[in-house]
Amino acid sequence: MINFQYSRATDVADAILLLSAHPGAKLIAGGTNLIDLMKENVEEPSRLIDISRLPLRKIEETADGGLRIGALVPNSDLAYHPLIEQRYPLVASAILAGASAQLRNMASVGGNLMQRTRCAYFYDTATPCNKRTPGSGCSAIDGLNRNHAILGTSASCIATNPSDMSVALAALGARVHIAGPSGERTMALADFHRLPVDTPHIDTNLDIGEIITAIELPPRGFAHHYSYLKIRDRLSYAFALVSVAAALELEGNAISEARVALGGVAHKPWRSLEAETALRGQAATADHFSRAADLLLQGAQAYSHNSFKIELARRAIVRTLMQAANATPQSQAHKKIA
Amino acid sequence: MNAYVGTPTSRVDGRAKVTGTAKYAGEFTANGLVHGFVVAATIPRGRIARLDTSEALRVTGVLDVLTHTHRPPLADKDEAWMDEVAPDEGSPFRPLYDDNIKFNGQPIALVVAEDWETAKFAATLVHVEYQEGAFGTDLEAGRDKAIEVQGPHKPRGDAAGALAGAAVRHEADYFIPTEHHNPMELFATTVVWDGNGRITVYDKTQGVQNVHKYLCGVFGKKPDDIRVLSPYVGGAFGSGLRPQYQVVLATLGALALKRSVRVVLTRQQMYGLGHRPATIERVGLGAKPDGTLEAVAHEATAVTSRYEDFSRNDSGWAEQLYRSPNSRYSHKLVRLDVSTPCDMRAPGAASGVCALECAMDELAVALKLDPLELRLKCYSDRDQSEDLPYTSKQLRECYARGAEAFGWSKRNPTPRSMRDDKELVGWGMATGVWEALQMPVAVRIVLTANGHAEVYCAASDIGTGTYTIVAQVAADALGLPIESISVKLADSTLPQAPVEGGSWMAASSAHAVLGAAEDIRRELARLAKTMPASPLGGVDAADVILVDGTIAKAGDKGRAVSIADAMRYGKLERIEKHKLNHFAEDKSHARNTHSAVFAEVKIDEQLGVIRVTRVVSAVAAGRILNTKTGRSQIMGGVVWGIGMALHEETVTDHRFGRIMNANIAEYHIPVNADIHDIEVIFVEERDDRINALGVKGLGEIGIVGVPAAIANAVYHATGKRIRRFPITLDKLLA
Repeated sequence: MINFQYSRATDVADAILLLSAHPGAKLIAGGTNLIDLMKENVEEPSRLIDISRLPLRKIEETADGGLRIGALVPNSDLAYHPLIEQRYPLVASAILAGASAQLRNMASVGGNLMQRTRCAYFYDTATPCNKRTPGSGCSAIDGLNRNHAILGTSASCIATNPSDMSVALAALGARVHIAGPSGERTMALADFHRLPVDTPHIDTNLDIGEIITAIELPPRGFAHHYSYLKIRDRLSYAFALVSVAAALELEGNAISEARVALGGVAHKPWRSLEAETALRGQAATADHFSRAADLLLQGAQAYSHNSFKIELARRAIVRTLMQAANATPQSQAHKKIA
Repeated sequence: MNAYVGTPTSRVDGRAKVTGTAKYAGEFTANGLVHGFVVAATIPRGRIARLDTSEALRVTGVLDVLTHTHRPPLADKDEAWMDEVAPDEGSPFRPLYDDNIKFNGQPIALVVAEDWETAKFAATLVHVEYQEGAFGTDLEAGRDKAIEVQGPHKPRGDAAGALAGAAVRHEADYFIPTEHHNPMELFATTVVWDGNGRITVYDKTQGVQNVHKYLCGVFGKKPDDIRVLSPYVGGAFGSGLRPQYQVVLATLGALALKRSVRVVLTRQQMYGLGHRPATIERVGLGAKPDGTLEAVAHEATAVTSRYEDFSRNDSGWAEQLYRSPNSRYSHKLVRLDVSTPCDMRAPGAASGVCALECAMDELAVALKLDPLELRLKCYSDRDQSEDLPYTSKQLRECYARGAEAFGWSKRNPTPRSMRDDKELVGWGMATGVWEALQMPVAVRIVLTANGHAEVYCAASDIGTGTYTIVAQVAADALGLPIESISVKLADSTLPQAPVEGGSWMAASSAHAVLGAAEDIRRELARLAKTMPASPLGGVDAADVILVDGTIAKAGDKGRAVSIADAMRYGKLERIEKHKLNHFAEDKSHARNTHSAVFAEVKIDEQLGVIRVTRVVSAVAAGRILNTKTGRSQIMGGVVWGIGMALHEETVTDHRFGRIMNANIAEYHIPVNADIHDIEVIFVEERDDRINALGVKGLGEIGIVGVPAAIANAVYHATGKRIRRFPITLDKLLA
């Protein structure tokens, strides 16, 4: 870990000013990922701008019946908030599938979106990594890539995004509220994270000097037919090999609306509008779910150690959609896959 | 008198541990304490071409940067670096000794600064250039270069011939990956500078006297110049048997600066210490159609470093378990550019018995025999290598009790035949075996006239409960309440003890306590009998016992003198006895502990997710001194066995020769969600021959057999035989 300067932002405008004034600076809220990366010398910010005291901790209903979640709301507070539990249980479930209680207590909603990949090469400064050191090469493509992406990869990076919450937010069509030097804007969460292409060192579409102020959930919460299923190498406290957020609206047994997003398989939460469109109007059956899985996994490419992920993802998609259709969502507390 | 021995006595140090008053090596402090941070090599083999510390030295607060060219002197002979657990063959690693890089993660510099953060920062400013050498870290790639070392037993008969001619035969390779201990407590040493070259060393170690002797050798110090303490150890599991490099670095720092220095390794750096070596276990079993074994051939090929030959008994355990007229057990090593492996819970047996017991399961399938029935058919009442009977062996009873508790008789033998909704259910079993060792240990007991006793011994308590059992045995032997016993351990100035390992410390320390307490009893009996009008007058000293704070006639507590009165009469403030344990030499019997492990797995048929929903471990290990800490020991072993079966694997990128999951987020061990019902059964095993108390030790036996029982259950559930550990879901989906 290197020495760094520390500033405490007094308000959002101050945070933006500080960010713009100090090009090597990073924002810090819960610090659950950034501090780890600093300890490993992967992140070496010249300055930390502490935003943890900014007034971005509210969860409020919006005029159109949605929900606006302040960027600094701790992950646990969000997961256990009554409005989230009642109206957006998919979000609660995805959050509780991730990390540990202690980490969720510290981690902020905005920070969750900003967490970086868990690729082992990204973490090890003794090995090449295009994400950490642009142009140095990707060690994972021909290396240990069991945990790596199968969708949206590039020749320069096959890392995955590790967030669970983002997968649920992507499925629900959340929007990200952003403030920056040129004012405020919003962006669909689906557009927030980038694919690696040839700039894997840039994870998101935030511009320089911009800060996440809130996440907005649309009114539709899919509270009846949802499930978040995370498949990993142990039953808790591990990153996803594959995770699936599924949300359905049913009329009888017919699907009127469908959302499916995948985690652990790409550089961002993975959705396929084609797959979701194909589900609409269909009966909620394993066959139809299987077809949707095929569409979601179109173009999937395996590397030397992760070919299992394609079939695992296919099966997990079907299972999660069945859980959602049957209104038997995966519990994050039971020691069992339902 | 057994008021405490054999009971579920709570840990006497439990309160200190949970309230934080128990201090660990990295928590001791001293005036002017400064902090060292290790700079580690990032290549597996080569030389340091250039090491530039100037930028680091310019950082405010940095006091020095020690390197192989800038440090106090270190011994230049291997003998000085040999600790009591060092392999016989090889040249022990010497930190900061020269420019040679022997493994990735090797320490190459120690930055010492006023505070830890400054040291850590300055460590990033130490610039290294390497002259890289050709290297190898892959066991499987190096298998053809394996060298044979001495096997655990001499061969009997013609195993190869008998195997080739057997009616039913099973041969296969089982792969156990490298594993790391990952104790909760980080490796740490605080060296307190006492002045005039004398130091007090608080070290995370399983043996303070081992570290003491090592430091004296390495630094050319007199015994009185160094004192080593390790009052509490937050787990070690074998990783603390040998002195680790941080104790050398912290001492170097203290000697260089003439100040107190603390060095705490990071979790990542701990992956540069010892490890359970990756091993290919080749097992061949030949049998007659009725299940009688004709041949056992077990060959282990394990990783060692290029500078030391570390090997353990992986392959020889069938000799204790299964009757076979022909057997061959061999051990091979592949020397690679890694740090030397070290003992890790049930070293050798955890890996070797895993393979053997998987192979026995496969043989049972080939014979169409129930796996338990096959074990009973091959049951050996004698240790075949020396053709000796056992001091005790209640393994049959373990099988019976374990099978009954588990419900083994309800098992449908056909794979994939049992299910629970979406999950396939599998039942598997395996046998466990370990040695019942005992070592020379001495204690000093000081009994004061107020009825309080202090027990002193250099042994460590690595979390296993040594403080507690020593207190229990002393309380019973001295007839005092356990609250009146204080136990002081893990100080190199205390009576002798070897490293705490091998499951030998319970029996060894308990009998040292018994010996010293017996000397106290004799002295008190003599005093009490000579008091005027003594109620013990005329009572044979051998019939005098210590009970309830008194010296009494056995069987007649009414004839008693209080300890306080007797000591006052003798004008004694204290009675102090020092005693080395003594075990009658007995080469006519084998000594082992045994277990039968039964496991149930439930596996999501579609997704491959594996859950170990039940484990029954029936253990025969002589007298259990403390049924509470004993049960915890076995449960911990079972949990670790679950990890070995399903989770644990140190992953190396052999292109870089670097461990890529050197942290406990990515190096998986079981978490609570992975653990379900674990039932521990202690099978009664009276053993009057092994030692006075009939104690055998429990440290290792809990893990042995567990991975195999789970792997066998996975086969029963799925019909898939996974011989490459850990069994992860991708292997089931393949």
